[in-house]
Amino acid sequence: MKFETPATNNPIDQLKIVGQPVDRIDGPRKTTGTAPYAYERHDVARNQAYGYVLGAGIAKGRVTAMDTAAAKAAPGVLAVVTTLDMPRLEKGQLNTASLFGGPDIQHYHQAIAVVVAESFEQARDATAMIRVSYARAPGRFDLAAEAPKAQLATGDSGEGSGAPHEDRTGDFEGAFAQAPVKLDATYTTPDESHAMMEPHASIAAWEGEKLTVWTSSQMIAWGKRDLAKTLGIPTESVRLDSPFIGGGFGGKLFLRADAVLAALGARAARRPVKLALTRPLVANNTTHRPATIQHIRIGAGRDGRITAIAHESLSGDLEGGGPETAVAQTKLLYAGANRLTAMRLAILDLPEGNAMRAPGEAPGLMALEIAMDEMAEKLEIDPIEFRIINDTQVDPEHPERPFSQRQLIQCLRQGAERFGWNRRNATPGQRREGRWLVGMGVAAGFRNNLVMKSGARVRLDAGGRVTVETDMTDIGTGSYTIIAQTAAEMMGVPLDKVTVRLGDSSFPVSAGSGGQWGGNSSTAGVYAACVKLREAVAQRLAFNSVEAEFVDGQVRAGNRSAPLGQAAGADGLVAEDTIEYGELATRYQQSTFAGHFVEVGVNAATGETRVRRMLAVCAAGRILNPKSARSQVIGAMTMGVGAALMEELAVDKRHGFFVNHDLAGYEVPVHADIPHQEVIFLDEMDPVSSPMKAKGVGELGICGVGAAVSNAIYNATGVRVRGYPITLDKLLDRLPQVT
Amino acid sequence: MKAFTYERARSPAEAAAGAARNPGATFIAGGTNLLDLMKLQIETPTHLIDVNGLALDRIEATPDGGLRIGALVRNTDLAAHERVRRDYGVLSRALLAGASGQLRNKATTAGNLLQRTRCPYFYDTNMPCNKRQPGSGCSAIGGVTRQHAVVGSSEACIATHPSDMAVAMRALDAVVETVKADGMTRRIPIAEFHRLPGDTPHIETSLDRGEFITAVTLPPPLGGRQFYRKVRDRASYAFALVSVAAIVQRDGTGRVALGGVAHKPWRVEAAETDLPRGAKAAMAEILQGARPTHDNAFKLPLAERTLASVLAEARG
Repeated sequence: MKFETPATNNPIDQLKIVGQPVDRIDGPRKTTGTAPYAYERHDVARNQAYGYVLGAGIAKGRVTAMDTAAAKAAPGVLAVVTTLDMPRLEKGQLNTASLFGGPDIQHYHQAIAVVVAESFEQARDATAMIRVSYARAPGRFDLAAEAPKAQLATGDSGEGSGAPHEDRTGDFEGAFAQAPVKLDATYTTPDESHAMMEPHASIAAWEGEKLTVWTSSQMIAWGKRDLAKTLGIPTESVRLDSPFIGGGFGGKLFLRADAVLAALGARAARRPVKLALTRPLVANNTTHRPATIQHIRIGAGRDGRITAIAHESLSGDLEGGGPETAVAQTKLLYAGANRLTAMRLAILDLPEGNAMRAPGEAPGLMALEIAMDEMAEKLEIDPIEFRIINDTQVDPEHPERPFSQRQLIQCLRQGAERFGWNRRNATPGQRREGRWLVGMGVAAGFRNNLVMKSGARVRLDAGGRVTVETDMTDIGTGSYTIIAQTAAEMMGVPLDKVTVRLGDSSFPVSAGSGGQWGGNSSTAGVYAACVKLREAVAQRLAFNSVEAEFVDGQVRAGNRSAPLGQAAGADGLVAEDTIEYGELATRYQQSTFAGHFVEVGVNAATGETRVRRMLAVCAAGRILNPKSARSQVIGAMTMGVGAALMEELAVDKRHGFFVNHDLAGYEVPVHADIPHQEVIFLDEMDPVSSPMKAKGVGELGICGVGAAVSNAIYNATGVRVRGYPITLDKLLDRLPQVT
Repeated sequence: MKAFTYERARSPAEAAAGAARNPGATFIAGGTNLLDLMKLQIETPTHLIDVNGLALDRIEATPDGGLRIGALVRNTDLAAHERVRRDYGVLSRALLAGASGQLRNKATTAGNLLQRTRCPYFYDTNMPCNKRQPGSGCSAIGGVTRQHAVVGSSEACIATHPSDMAVAMRALDAVVETVKADGMTRRIPIAEFHRLPGDTPHIETSLDRGEFITAVTLPPPLGGRQFYRKVRDRASYAFALVSVAAIVQRDGTGRVALGGVAHKPWRVEAAETDLPRGAKAAMAEILQGARPTHDNAFKLPLAERTLASVLAEARG
């Protein structure tokens, strides 16, 4: 199905099942431990052996020798494969660093060996017996130090945020020079880790030249393609299966060493091999959100109208990598005639930077939305009013492109009322409750909506049961449930008459889970397949397909009615289709919006910040399931608090690695950090987006949260911190004396 | 994890003798720290002596009105004990500020004293570490050191002791009771139990080879208002940047011990006479000679401010 004109009325609009807050259909399996994750697929292949991955102990240089004699002789060891056994493997299309092979080390904990043994403990013990000799080379590990050498770089996160290396509208410098009120400030965000619960894990089994990998992947088709490319085998020879995923946040978008080394280990041991990356390897072997240094300049008239806005960002990556697209939202969020965005990329020898939940916007808004708060204060305008004054209903760089829907003002106004914004004292440092300084902050949330081609197959059986198959993944987001809701609505059956099967590369290729496009795009693909199935059913039952209604397990037209299952016959009825998109995305700017509100207490003595309550008001098209959507948003808000207050991969600038490479050292919020969250979805439909009239929410929920926390800290204390995370040491010397 | 042999000890003396005989032996109780270290091959015992079966899990009153805490009393039970909550509030609060409910259910009193540093360079076996490999150097010095020691450190090591419980015990002047391989017992004041790193940071306590902790005794209750204020980046399940254990009497006198600042729970008794004069004077003396790094210099004002807020609360 080609989606080329805005959606009109369709069966989804009935909203009998879609749009309802139904429980996750996979919930009982998750809560009873019967949904197997990649490492737990004990039954998929007999005689599984265990692999353990050795990461390089240097960040840059060469492996000169590896002594594996002791490891090979260790109890239970079946095979040892080292990086010196083969030339550098070809890179996957979406990998920056090679995942294995050859002597060259590009980053710390690059995989250099896998040991396969009868037990996990034996594999781990033997791995420690490998003696590695290195020739170290000097590396570049300090982003600020490399800044002078950074080059302008075009970037596309591949996830909906992108920008040319430098983009100008009007005359920024001239307008900024003349602006009566201006801000010129620099903000920094650190490297961050996805820190999902389930590490990267794979089981690989060969049957002749055919390879099956049971894994944990957000994007099945990308993984299949890149695994075949890396191993040098035909794509058709690879099958990936990933029905349950314990979190990804972008960390499992791309092929990683777990799948490659499970496959290599299995080939060497002639046995199926399972392995998982250890926590330190998750931090240093896989990808992370790169640190940024962002320079923002805003000029405005005394009326609060922005006349000049510039956002320039510096980030680092390995040779061949790309910049963090932290300026992308600044091209679209606020009005202003004179504009400049630019991105610079420094070459660093740290592990590969890549997408993490809302790449671009998440760190970009952490800076931009503090800058807006600072400008509002200079202008003596309420920060909500300042944003409203500068709202735009069109792409400010291309005014002929309207936003398909843009309810930012409504998000902010409704949020202000709900949150009690009028109780905020505009003068910082005024509200004290016992030992706590209390403040409120606000930020706009913005995240582009992407639509991606997505396919599905729908099968009807004689009992009226509908089975959906697509390689879409559920990374904890609720894909199973919203896909079942879509099929149930389309086919007129109750939810328990729908079976959803996901994550198998033998199913039709879907949008996958990334860039908050998964929910809308994958259900649109299911919609397309269901439209085809409805036509096939109508034809079998000799109904006019335009008139046929699918209700309560029946097909009806006029005064005729027949059970749905009757159309299936003994062999069942199958339809498959893929939703594809036309030019709507170029004619309209599709984005999602939020108002984020945060109240914090800052301990007046110690500077510890504790969030007291949070509110997100979201405008993101039709909400397919308010319960799972809320779950997405509160999770993202929590991640935003982590980014604001504690998350930082600490770089050892001498040795070139992330030092705090486990969950004791890399702190993310715990329950005690998140006392109260509220989410409101505005009533919205976006017919330009898809037949579902939905958009994404999973990343919108983090976008702006960090700045809202930061602005609340400022309101509480009067201390403006421009470097994340806002840890107590950055506040301490500017807090009041303890009496 | 290296392969190891395993036995269950039948008496404290036998455990001590067994450990003294076998240079590769280590005691295991809750295992909350040891097992992690074994998996990473930071600790590589060849023989484990499981002491969980020993009847050292009781809390009893001592004749002088104090408390004897068996070495195997779990942190959860110790924190919840009626006498501890009533008479030694600083200890109960310190315990509950540490780890998580699950870990406290497993972790023992003796094991908590013996837990090892959380210095990330100690944990990364690619990095030199004098504690892990004596003589290899300290890679924390000059590296990422936000969590590290500011006082009592050396050129060989700037690690901190991670325990909360031990800080409260230091303020309480607890005594560690042990039995040695030859069956002799001794009582080690907690002040002498943990060592500063000096040039032998791998030697962390004054225990002899095989010497086995049987109990920790607390002197009679001190009264006063008791505080354990743990400052950290998140609200729970994080190690202290700085912690303050304080027992403050009505007249403003009292005791203070710090966590998160040194290789051992840090207390300077001489400074306590300055407590009635306020936090600034006392902390200047407590942290005299401090040598913070660029990353952790904030711990000095933080410790002072935290103590000041504790003293303010004590007055209020």
